[in-house]
Amino acid sequence: MNWLAMLLMIAGGVFLLVSSIGLLRLPDFYCRAHAVGKAETLGSMLVLGGLAAHNGADLTSFKILLTVGIIFITNPTATHALMRAAFRSGVTIWKKGDAVKR
Amino acid sequence: MESFFIGFAVFVVLLFGASLYRIAAGPTIFDRTIGAGLIGTNAVLMLVLIGVMYNRVDMFVDLALTYALLNFIGVVALAKYFERRREDER
Repeated sequence: MNWLAMLLMIAGGVFLLVSSIGLLRLPDFYCRAHAVGKAETLGSMLVLGGLAAHNGADLTSFKILLTVGIIFITNPTATHALMRAAFRSGVTIWKKGDAVKR
Repeated sequence: MESFFIGFAVFVVLLFGASLYRIAAGPTIFDRTIGAGLIGTNAVLMLVLIGVMYNRVDMFVDLALTYALLNFIGVVALAKYFERRREDER
C-alpha cells in the first residue's frame, strides 16, 4: 500500500504547489480564485486519499474519505461565493495589456 | 515512510508562506479572504499529517473534519459580509 500512498501524495503535492504559485503570480482576483478553486481542491483530495491509502481500510479511513467529500463540495462553493461577491462589489477585471498589480 | 511524511509537512508549511504573502499584500479584501481560505484547506491536510506522524489518526481526523466545515462557513460568511461594501471603503 505504501507506494500507492506515496504516488497519490506526490501527485497531490504537485497540484498544491501549482495552486500556491497561481495565487502568487496571476494578475487579478478572478485568476487567483480560479487557481485556488480547482487546483487546491484536486490537490487536497489526492493528498487525503494517499493518507487514507496509507492508513488501510477501517473507520478512520472512512472518516478521511468523508473529509475528502466535504472538501470536494465546500471548497469550490466557497470560491464561487467569494467570486460572486467580488463581481457584485465591482472588483475590476484584468485585461491583456493592463498593468499587473502584485 | 516517516521521513517522507515529515518532508511533506515541511512542504505544506512552505505553502502557508505563499498564502501569507497574498494575505499581507492582496490589493482587495477578497484576495486576503481567499488566501485565508487556502490556509484553512492546507491546515486540514496538516492536521491529518500530524495525526499520521504521531500514530493518532483516529483523534486528529475528527478535528480535520470539523476544521473543514468551519473553514467553509467562515469563508462564505466573509463573502456575504463584504458583498455590499462600496468601492471607496476597500
